[in-house]
Formats: sequence, structure tokens, C-alpha cells
Amino acid sequence: MEKETLIGEIRKRFAAEIESDAESLGDQVLIVRREGLRAVMAGLQAAPFDYAVLLDLTCVDFLASENRFEMVYHIFSLSRNRRLRIKVSLPDDNPVVDSIAGLWKNANWLEREVFDMFGVAFMGHPDLRRILMYEGFEGHPLRKSYPWRKEQPRIPLKD
Amino acid sequence: MSGFDFLTTRFETALGWGRKFSLFHYPFVTACCGMEYMSAACAHFDLDRFGAGWTRFSPRQSDLLLVVGTVSHKLAPVLKTVYEQMMEPKWVIAFGACAVSGGIYQNYAAVQGIDRVIPVDVYIPGCPPRPEMVLDGLLKLQEKIQKQEQDWRWRKKP
Repeated sequence: MEKETLIGEIRKRFAAEIESDAESLGDQVLIVRREGLRAVMAGLQAAPFDYAVLLDLTCVDFLASENRFEMVYHIFSLSRNRRLRIKVSLPDDNPVVDSIAGLWKNANWLEREVFDMFGVAFMGHPDLRRILMYEGFEGHPLRKSYPWRKEQPRIPLKD
Repeated sequence: MSGFDFLTTRFETALGWGRKFSLFHYPFVTACCGMEYMSAACAHFDLDRFGAGWTRFSPRQSDLLLVVGTVSHKLAPVLKTVYEQMMEPKWVIAFGACAVSGGIYQNYAAVQGIDRVIPVDVYIPGCPPRPEMVLDGLLKLQEKIQKQEQDWRWRKKP
């Protein structure tokens, strides 16, 4: 399937879940509604779309905007040699999204990292706890609202 | 002044001489400065020329702690434990900008210089420092060891 027909097929299949699509830096982008994320990801992973690899999963903090957090997923189809980017916007007061750790195993640690750094909660995640920062660390350091240069030492430090 | 005082001073000098040329070092390597440490320790620059070539990967058997690279807040308790495991007399070299002052990192993760965690004898700046600077720092430490008041077991404490 060529690029345009492929996106057309995907949009037709998930008409209710997909908000819009775009093209950015040579890759197709799908903007998906929060409720439909898991269904879209499961569908894209299976035939005929065959996006077998989850390349990356991360988050962006747009502090000023209404939908503050934006989850970004990069998936890759080995049989088609084509990438696809999927974005989901999350509101500031309730940054929760469905976990896809059941679909791709590597999503487990990636989602834990996003949880640690941005405080986004993943519903259905098997083991949602911090992965990089230590126990007792307060807040989420990659949020734009985290105070600049704020340190949280584990042991008393000399000046 | 009696002759015995004179003998004591000479003993201290001899002890300092022995200590400065038999440094066993423990490399606490966390980041890219480790590459410079490796080249300083290997044949081209050769720390061993100055009697500090013996790398011990156990803090209990070493008397020079080389802190090479960035130390994060998560790692700071580990560094303190390693320092406390070392036997007296012991010395510390902060190797590279990150260990000296936090370097380019000033954020939630990085400790702003390892002297906030453990005492440091010699600071080697640079990002990363060239092996020549490392050797210069080592010579400075040896000078310091020679000049310092030596401590030994049967010495009377003031």
C-alpha cells in the first residue's frame, strides 16, 4: 500500500478514534482521541497494517496550552519499512492514558519513565512506579513546572 | 631539642616518600572522563611512572579515590560509602569539571561538586582534562602527601 492509501485505510478503519492526520518530516502523524488509543494501537500492530515495533514512547509538556501533555508514540512496520507517529493530548488536571504495555513489552519501562519524569499515569500498567529517580523524590523533574535547579539530595550535603 | 626529635622528622619524611610513590587508586568512573582516565592510565601517558599504576577495584585496598565523571544525587550515598570503606590514610582526586563543580549540569539530578559529599585533595578541571593535566594533578597530590603531617599508628595524638 502506498503512503496515502495506507493512511486512508487506517483512517477508514478507526474513523471514530482518529481525530486528524498530518505529515511531518517525512512521516505520517495520526492524532488520536485519548479513549481510542489502545484500540488503535492494537489494530495497527496486527495485520494488515503490521506495525510490529514500538520504537519510542515519550511525552511533551506544553505548559501554557489547554491540553498540557502530549504523548508521542513511534511505531515501525518491518514488512513495509515505514514509520508512523501517533499523538494523544492529555489535560493538565487528569493526565491519564491507557497503557500499551500489554501490546509491546518495551512499553513497560518506557511508560514507567514517562510516569517518573512527567507524572502521566498509565491505566492497566502492570508495575507503575518510578524507574530513574530514587524513592522519596517529590514531583516530576521534566515537567516545565518543576523548579529550575531544585535539588533533592538523599544525604545531607555540605555547601 | 634532642636527637630523638631529629629522628622523628626524618621518619616522617621517609613515610611521606613511601606513601607518595605507592598510591593504589580506585577509579570511581561514572562518565565520559573515564576515557581520559584510561588513556592517562595506559602505556602512552602511564600513571605507573609515578608509582600510581596499581588499580585496585576494591576501596578497602586502595588509598587514592579517583572520582571520574558526573555524580548524581542518586549516586551520592554510594560515593560516600565507598569513601568510608577506604583505609586511612586516604586521598581523593576530583577528576574533570563535573566532579569538581557539577560542570555543565545544574539541574535536579547532578551534585554540584563531589566536595559536597566527601573531602577532596586535588581538583583537576577540564571537560575532559587532558592526560597531561591528570599527571600534573597526580604530581601535585604527591607534593601534598610529602609535605603533609604523616599519621601512623604509634604516633601520639595531640
